Amino acid sequence: MPAVSKGDGMRGLAVFISDIRNCKSKEAEIKRINKELANIRSKFKGDKALDGYSKKKYVCKLLFIFLLGHDIDFGHMEAVNLLSSNKYTEKQIGYLFISVLVNSNSELIRLINNAIKNDLSSRNPTFMCLALHCIANVGSREMAEAFAGEIPRILVAGDTMDSVKQSAALCLLRLYKTSPDLVLMGEWTSRVVHLLNDQHMGVVTAAISLITCLSQKNPDEFKTCVSLAVSRLSRIVSSASTDLQDYTYYFVPAPWLSCKLLRLLQCYPPPEDGAVKGRLVECLETILNKAQEPPKSKKVQHSNAKNAILFEAISLIIHYDSEPNLLVRACNQLGQFLQHRETNLRYLALESMCTLASSEFSHEAVKTHIETVINALKTERDVSVRQRAADLLYAMCDRSNAKQIVAEMLSYLETADYSIREEMVLKVAILAEKYAVDYSWYVDTILNLIRIAGDYVSEEVWYRVIQIVINRDDVQGYAAKTVFEALQAPACHENMVKVGGYILGEFGNLIAGDPRSSPLVQFNLLHSKFHLCSVPTRALLLSAYIKFINLFPETKSTIQEVLRSDSQIRNSDVELQQRAVEYLKLSSIASTDVLATVLEEMPPFPERESSILAKLKKKKGPGAVSVNELEEGKREGGELNGGGERGDNSAIAASNASTPSPSADLLGLRTGPPVTAAAPSAGSLLVDVFSEAGVNDDGFLRDLEPPTESSDSLLAEGPGDSDSAPPSVVSEDPATPLPESNELLNKFVCKNNGVLFENQLLQIGIKSEYRQNLGRMYLFYGNKTSVQFITFTTTVTCPGELQSQLNVQAKPVEPLIEGGAQVQQVINIECLTDFSDAPLLNIKFRYGGALQNLTLKLPVTINKFFQPTEMASHDFFQRWKQLSLPQQEAQKIFKANHAMDTEVLKAKLLGLGMALLENVDPNPENFVCAGVIQTKAQQVGSLLRLEPNAQAQMYRLTVRSSKDTVSKRLCELLAEQF
Amino acid sequence: MIGGLFIYNHKGEVLISRVYRDDIGRNAVDAFRVNVIHARQQVRSPVTNIARTSFFHVKRSNIWLAAVTKQNVNAAMVFEFLYKMCDVMTAYFGKISEENIKNNFVLIYELLDEILDFGYPQNSETGALKTFITQQGIKGQPQTKEEQSQITSQVTGQIGWRREGIKYRRNELFLDVLESVNLLMSPQGQVLSAHVSGRVVMKSYLSGMPECKFGMNDKIVIDKQGKGGTTDEPGKSGKQSIAIDDCTFHQCVRLSKFDSERSISFIPPDGEYELMRYRTTKDIILPFRVIPLVREVGRTKLEVKVVIKSNFKPSLLAQKIEVRIPTPLNTSGVQVICMKGKAKYKASENAIVWKIKRMAGMKESQISAEIELLPTNDKKKWARPPISMNFEVPFAPSGLKVRYLKVFESKLNYSDHDVIKWVRYIGRSGIYETRC
Repeated sequence: MPAVSKGDGMRGLAVFISDIRNCKSKEAEIKRINKELANIRSKFKGDKALDGYSKKKYVCKLLFIFLLGHDIDFGHMEAVNLLSSNKYTEKQIGYLFISVLVNSNSELIRLINNAIKNDLSSRNPTFMCLALHCIANVGSREMAEAFAGEIPRILVAGDTMDSVKQSAALCLLRLYKTSPDLVLMGEWTSRVVHLLNDQHMGVVTAAISLITCLSQKNPDEFKTCVSLAVSRLSRIVSSASTDLQDYTYYFVPAPWLSCKLLRLLQCYPPPEDGAVKGRLVECLETILNKAQEPPKSKKVQHSNAKNAILFEAISLIIHYDSEPNLLVRACNQLGQFLQHRETNLRYLALESMCTLASSEFSHEAVKTHIETVINALKTERDVSVRQRAADLLYAMCDRSNAKQIVAEMLSYLETADYSIREEMVLKVAILAEKYAVDYSWYVDTILNLIRIAGDYVSEEVWYRVIQIVINRDDVQGYAAKTVFEALQAPACHENMVKVGGYILGEFGNLIAGDPRSSPLVQFNLLHSKFHLCSVPTRALLLSAYIKFINLFPETKSTIQEVLRSDSQIRNSDVELQQRAVEYLKLSSIASTDVLATVLEEMPPFPERESSILAKLKKKKGPGAVSVNELEEGKREGGELNGGGERGDNSAIAASNASTPSPSADLLGLRTGPPVTAAAPSAGSLLVDVFSEAGVNDDGFLRDLEPPTESSDSLLAEGPGDSDSAPPSVVSEDPATPLPESNELLNKFVCKNNGVLFENQLLQIGIKSEYRQNLGRMYLFYGNKTSVQFITFTTTVTCPGELQSQLNVQAKPVEPLIEGGAQVQQVINIECLTDFSDAPLLNIKFRYGGALQNLTLKLPVTINKFFQPTEMASHDFFQRWKQLSLPQQEAQKIFKANHAMDTEVLKAKLLGLGMALLENVDPNPENFVCAGVIQTKAQQVGSLLRLEPNAQAQMYRLTVRSSKDTVSKRLCELLAEQF
Repeated sequence: MIGGLFIYNHKGEVLISRVYRDDIGRNAVDAFRVNVIHARQQVRSPVTNIARTSFFHVKRSNIWLAAVTKQNVNAAMVFEFLYKMCDVMTAYFGKISEENIKNNFVLIYELLDEILDFGYPQNSETGALKTFITQQGIKGQPQTKEEQSQITSQVTGQIGWRREGIKYRRNELFLDVLESVNLLMSPQGQVLSAHVSGRVVMKSYLSGMPECKFGMNDKIVIDKQGKGGTTDEPGKSGKQSIAIDDCTFHQCVRLSKFDSERSISFIPPDGEYELMRYRTTKDIILPFRVIPLVREVGRTKLEVKVVIKSNFKPSLLAQKIEVRIPTPLNTSGVQVICMKGKAKYKASENAIVWKIKRMAGMKESQISAEIELLPTNDKKKWARPPISMNFEVPFAPSGLKVRYLKVFESKLNYSDHDVIKWVRYIGRSGIYETRC
């Protein structure tokens, strides 16, 4: 750039700027600016043409005012005029103004583009550079459109100056980043690649940025750059520090270029050509060697430049992951850095080593630094460095050093920063599980973990302990003993209580022989913690108590006493109260056999991906952990827990195939219906128990699942899982053939929730609610197989005239249902007017290639829109008489299909939606009901009378309503119910 | 309650910082500076909330006064206090400027200690304050016990604003009616909104403890008297009385008497004070009429003609007349011709300013200007801000008249007739705008 001579300094501008700086207040500044703007306007308006100098000065002032935050809406024309000046400074100011204040005025854009074109085609390198800089600074799509074709030509033209080439390369890079579709390299590709051979180092540096960016997009086209880059690199590396003159930085030859070359090479796999590869390895070795040499300068810049190259080289070595020799050397080099004075270096070393640890060649070498890393974890001042150290420990851990690492991490956890505690806890939990040699060690570790950092132990961690304890018989007794001991601490964490409650509830009997841990002692210990716990934990403890009753009949009276106390049975929390009431009842009503069946020990959980690992992945995002996981997958197969922890799908599929029941694990992820498929035996037993006990209520059933399961449903608050559970449990007969759709419809006349349909593949649960003329229905599609359903689609249609009577809208459902998973669909229903048909639900999906197609009737019947109406006897009969037209009445006499139980009848009539009116009919045997059907168009009042005849086992049903179709339809619907 | 009070100069440097409550940290001082004084955009609102702390500020020339609180205070109270604080400072050392504040910082802290206690405003009556917060040394004449007890009894007594035993050789009274008239008028001359806010300011130099009674042509009072048929004839009262929309009084006025009889009676403080404030919106006399004429000639030229007409008795003279005609933002040149006064294009304010020193009533004057514009790329149209005006006239535009001001002093032997009374009316322009 030509130096600005003193004469070029713009005095007016300097005065103006100093005026502004001296302003005492914002107002004064605005006044000064207004004055200046008026002055410039009058100057621009003036009839006599301004000379280049003053134009430049005023444009500068405008620019300054704009940068102060004021709007500038004129002066663009003058700036464009400056572009055509022949003086460098004027042109420069013009370009500066244009690139700061781009105006989308089409006319101006044309002028600007014209000026840029002129400059590009001029032979003056400084002007060309200015134009290129302007294009790059603006970098808009319009610019790309106008010049994307031109710039590559300048870049590769033989007669272009080096400085222009540099600018052109960078300008092209910028345009490529903004609009890659417009920058087409095509024929220029090979010539651009050959810029790597350019004499001028600056050109190479600029070009390599461009090539790196381009080759990331289409690596194949730029493949040839590898060998060129290698030869360039070897020339630089082998050159003496004085060879490159201007490009030697503190005795390091061309550090920026070297880094960029190494980074470019990281975009490609190792070169196949032996010679090239040999040369590259030689280079890398030289770089590693150079790191060992004594520094040529004490300056920090020297070591920075050297280390920058070194770290890039190490990344490249790790990227190639094929040279054991180099990997080990890199590892040793990093090992030296681990103890370096510079914190930044230590950080980088730990970070690089983390990736090194994943390579099979260098894993052992990394392990030798374990002491240093542990030391770093303990003594580093910077938390980010400690975090890296923890990551590295996690990465370098294997069977041989797991105990040591886990112990160190545990001891560090006590003093760890809050920000990394949760992650540390997860890591400890995973390592403990993965490398557990004996499970007692695992249990000890996790219990320690909960003791030390209970607050940071997420649900997944303690779920996992329980899963493992339940699945391993050999460790159960030990676990019970350890838990019992841990609970004896005066203050223990709530998570500990949860684990304790669960394990003692399941396996308390294993340690009951010892008088020090007799059943009563166990119970008292647990109960002493009860009052300090939150509601979910208390609920879990209640379940543990009922299990105690089963395990130790001698504690029954004590526990019943506890359950009976007001603080349980009248607890303000519904869940606790319900549990207390139900457990109390269960313990007093059911015989010991029944109890033993209901409260049987939990069946083993199916193996699947550790939920903790999933959580860690989620927490860390895909980047950091996936590397570790991949290498884990690479390393070896024979872990204790089988292939369960692997992230990849095949492993999961394999483990799923190996376990007989294909469904989800209860405590793990929130997918899958919790109970039915996992423990079918338990499920069917349950139903037996309760039919014996004479209880027949959905809600009750749900909560009398084995306590462990109900605790699960409480804890895992996944969308709709506890809602979906009851219908699946209630399903009386899992092997029903495809029901006739009408039959199915009748099943749901008097109830809103249940299982709509079930076969070997699919179970559809339903849950619906209605208010006035609106309804909402939740359909739960459960995949009972272990294979995913694909292209799962559902459509709801209203055949015939139903279309005008009912408005049904189904929300879209996910097209893919994983094996054992469940998806939910919401259907909104609006009743426009009365109707008799039901909407159709069509389900299509592919199961293992075969297309499945089934059509069902949605259980939407007119009575769903009933609103109960209470009325006195007098009113009832008055209205009954008002509806005396023959077509308003519908009557049916039919035989009873079910036993004529008054209570059941009542329940059914209530389920119908009408109000059951007591003391209305003179005959107490008869039932009368009243209700109003709410539709959008009108309201239809309906009255009903049901007269059972016990001797003849017959009913007479009379329905009167203000609309004949309604009476008829109601009568039809109801006749099937009794 | 006020948690603290800060005074800054225009650069945002803290001149005075007084914190009354613990909930105001030291960082509050910086928070206000950063967020208000040094804000990128100009802060318009006088109340700013920063991190659950409220800052109430007023600006006097280049000085910022900010009251800070964390509580939900009555904002009007805080501003009233700030204004009072300004009055007190002005009374003590004149103009509020950085230099004056720096020179009197001890005094200001002393005042702040006195007029705010734990954030609760206390007696801020200048007259009372001056008796015990003095600017001279008291070494020469130490206050006697009697004097001290007198001060105590005055400050804590019923009439805190006047001390006993004042003596003047000449009993004099000055009464100023100061009004500012606000107007927004359409180009066609239709009044869009107009109101007058006025103040009655008194200077009293009276001996003893006089009881004063102030009377004006308040419509309610006149009508009441008119009904009784005592003095004025009923036909005249309707024209001469004015309807006051609302008014506030100095604390010396007996509000109970005002509520029951609507008479304003009081024991005046000594010296200068503001007796009352009021506002009227009906039957306002608009002293000037502005008739604008703006014509756009093509894209690059604008012709403006403005006529002003004075609309009061020809015997009266308006003073300090200033008409401000805004110009478009892309003005590149202006030519002005005016018959009277001086007109100039002020680029820094984007306006043509026309000044006339004096103008008698029922006269007319005119200015015409040619504005050259620079064509811009912006399609935005000029918003045409209204033409504004400033003036001063020697009458009350609301029509308010002082009917009497009676002074009774029972103990000393001077009567109402012995008091010399001066009454003056000044009408000024507030925001007096005409759209063009």
